[in-house]
Amino acid sequence: MKHLFFGGIHPKYNKEMSTGVTPLRTIIPETVVIPMQQHIGAPCQPLVQVGDRVLRGQKIGDGEGLCVPVHASVSGTVVAVEPRPHVSGRDVMAVVIENDKTDETVTLSISDRPVAERSDDEILSAIREAGIVGMGGAAFPGNVKALTSMGKIHTLIANACECEPYITADDSLLRTEPEHVLEGMQILRHVLKPEHAILAVEDNKADAIARVRELLPDYEGIELRVLPTRYPQGAEKQLIMSLTGHEVPGGQLPVSVGCAVFNVSTFAAIYRAVCLGLPLTQRIVTVSGEAIAEPQNFIVRIGTSFHDLIAEAGGLHDRTERVICGGPMMGYAQSDLAVPIVKATNSVLCLLKDQNGAAENPVCLRCGKCVAACPMLLQPLYLYRFELANDLKELERLNLMDCIECGSCAFTCPGKLPLVERFRKGKQKLREAKSK
Amino acid sequence: MKLTVASSPHIRGNFRTNRIMLDVVLALLPALAVGVLVHGWMSLLVVLTSVIAALLSEYVYCLIVRSRDTTLDRSCIVTGLLLGMTLPATVPVWLVIAGNVFAIVVVKCLCGGLGQNIFNPALAGRAFMMLIYPAGMTRYPAAVDAVSSATPLHHMVMPALPEESLLDMFLGRISGSIGEVSALALLIGGAYLVWRKVISIRTPAAYLGTVAVLTLIFSKTGHPVLWMLYSLLGGGVMLGAIFMATDYATSPVTAKGQLIYGVGCGALTILFRYFGLYPEGVTYAILLMNATVWVIDRYTAPRRFGMKKGGAA
Repeated sequence: MKHLFFGGIHPKYNKEMSTGVTPLRTIIPETVVIPMQQHIGAPCQPLVQVGDRVLRGQKIGDGEGLCVPVHASVSGTVVAVEPRPHVSGRDVMAVVIENDKTDETVTLSISDRPVAERSDDEILSAIREAGIVGMGGAAFPGNVKALTSMGKIHTLIANACECEPYITADDSLLRTEPEHVLEGMQILRHVLKPEHAILAVEDNKADAIARVRELLPDYEGIELRVLPTRYPQGAEKQLIMSLTGHEVPGGQLPVSVGCAVFNVSTFAAIYRAVCLGLPLTQRIVTVSGEAIAEPQNFIVRIGTSFHDLIAEAGGLHDRTERVICGGPMMGYAQSDLAVPIVKATNSVLCLLKDQNGAAENPVCLRCGKCVAACPMLLQPLYLYRFELANDLKELERLNLMDCIECGSCAFTCPGKLPLVERFRKGKQKLREAKSK
Repeated sequence: MKLTVASSPHIRGNFRTNRIMLDVVLALLPALAVGVLVHGWMSLLVVLTSVIAALLSEYVYCLIVRSRDTTLDRSCIVTGLLLGMTLPATVPVWLVIAGNVFAIVVVKCLCGGLGQNIFNPALAGRAFMMLIYPAGMTRYPAAVDAVSSATPLHHMVMPALPEESLLDMFLGRISGSIGEVSALALLIGGAYLVWRKVISIRTPAAYLGTVAVLTLIFSKTGHPVLWMLYSLLGGGVMLGAIFMATDYATSPVTAKGQLIYGVGCGALTILFRYFGLYPEGVTYAILLMNATVWVIDRYTAPRRFGMKKGGAA
């Protein structure tokens, strides 16, 4: 049975820009800035002080509640523990480490028994201790998502859609280390015992698909699903719909329809933690866009600054307008290039002036293209109108809170309305009205 | 380097308002060409006068209210062109100008401008012209020579099948308003707009389908199929279904709504043709349906994601 998600768009993907350089280069920064908050939930408290020597993989922050630890991504000396700029736009407490470049490493204490013989607790605890979060952008603590899915899911999904234009980090991972992803899936299959385990990828990643196909015979029970490329296929609710036909109701999690979705990078990180004892201290990051000299993917230590990454990729064009953390559709534009790569940063995207296509005087034609494009069945043109009119009752009635901010409406709008911007403001108004 | 911090999305598609308007103008050119070929150079003058009057109306309005120059979005060109093409080639020039001033200033600009108007400006302008000087709107030149004659629709009021052959009706070798005579040219323009994704095929298909079904069932002659074909090819129903009922500002945005709207336009057109004072009913059918758009949109809104029919997901 074939399912497809609603609406969506076909932007120019520009993925070939960043897939040329192989093997991936590893960046060794002089210093790293490691924020104490790299996940949804409570921040970590620093466990080290200025002057301490730390090893790569050493836990340098941890906390209580919905929280996973953070680790030193290089060996060296702690030179500062202070708030630093963060990709979220706020200053966040961070541990700054000067790299001694010896890469002296400490690993997690893990069992040497095969995964199949280990208890669920043992595995979940290793996932937590490795500081694993959702690496596709949401940064939800991995062990918590696994724990809350136990006994409640029929389908485990590995998300390699990577539907945002330009980004090829997951693609690179599947081309270089597909076995890490598949092994990671085996680990969560052992814990969650789903009936189905699906690796979902869009059909614009031929090499990655071929690599996975070669390995699949060794991983019985894992299904590869190649989906027609369309944005925002990789959005959790849309992917679940494409694969299973189930719709996750507004305000609910995938587990409500018996699914759990993890990014492929998260699966690879789970494998490295559970089987190799390696905490999450590095990831693949795409540096791309028309404004960067040599677009490519790098293996990057967590805490490496945007600035260092951009320099390694040959620097910025004179007419650079935006540097974005994430993709062009949903990423966050940065003002300060000192911000560090965090666990969920999959891309540093550099765009030129005039690429944005915004209009000085946006006008709604009522063409209805936004309605056709919305994957959540919303009516963006009316949401926009009622947001401007401050009509919270109508915004509620038209389910503004269901909006996933994918930007399909704004992308497709011929009148160039700032739809997503207004919807964020509208959601904020609704939240404030609720909390009163 | 000064970096811009703004909301996502950071890239946008190539669709632009003025490009869409250009597409509509291009799509109208074949029908205009046939109109000029069949009805003579006067008709081109009428249409040019109409376009210039629409442009000037909006430009002067912007000057008076001191707003930015909205003529750059080209929508007033479309209005002037459409209005001009609904007129007979014999229409007095002053009436063309009056119609455009009313369409642009009263119907469009005073209602808030592009996208805000409730009624289709071109059709409202035409209705206004029929109100103030009906005699100027109903003298149709015969095809090729410029002697006034009865249009095929006048025959159909009798009721009788027109004398013109179906082929002549399809190609446009008939009397009528400048832009409405050639079904073929209009269909070519419509196909272009669908291909360019400017319009959806839903509204025109529902409109023409409804006209076809109703005239087939309620044929006024002993040849229901011929009656249906003449009903589709005669008068302004093609021009209306493809270019007027698909006007963004005055038609629904939901898929279901567009179908309902098309059916409503078709049903009213036949109702007005059969029982109305004038032989043609397209103008008033679409104007009446314009008024229902907000209600249609509201009651055809898509269901909520995650809430499939029959309760919770």
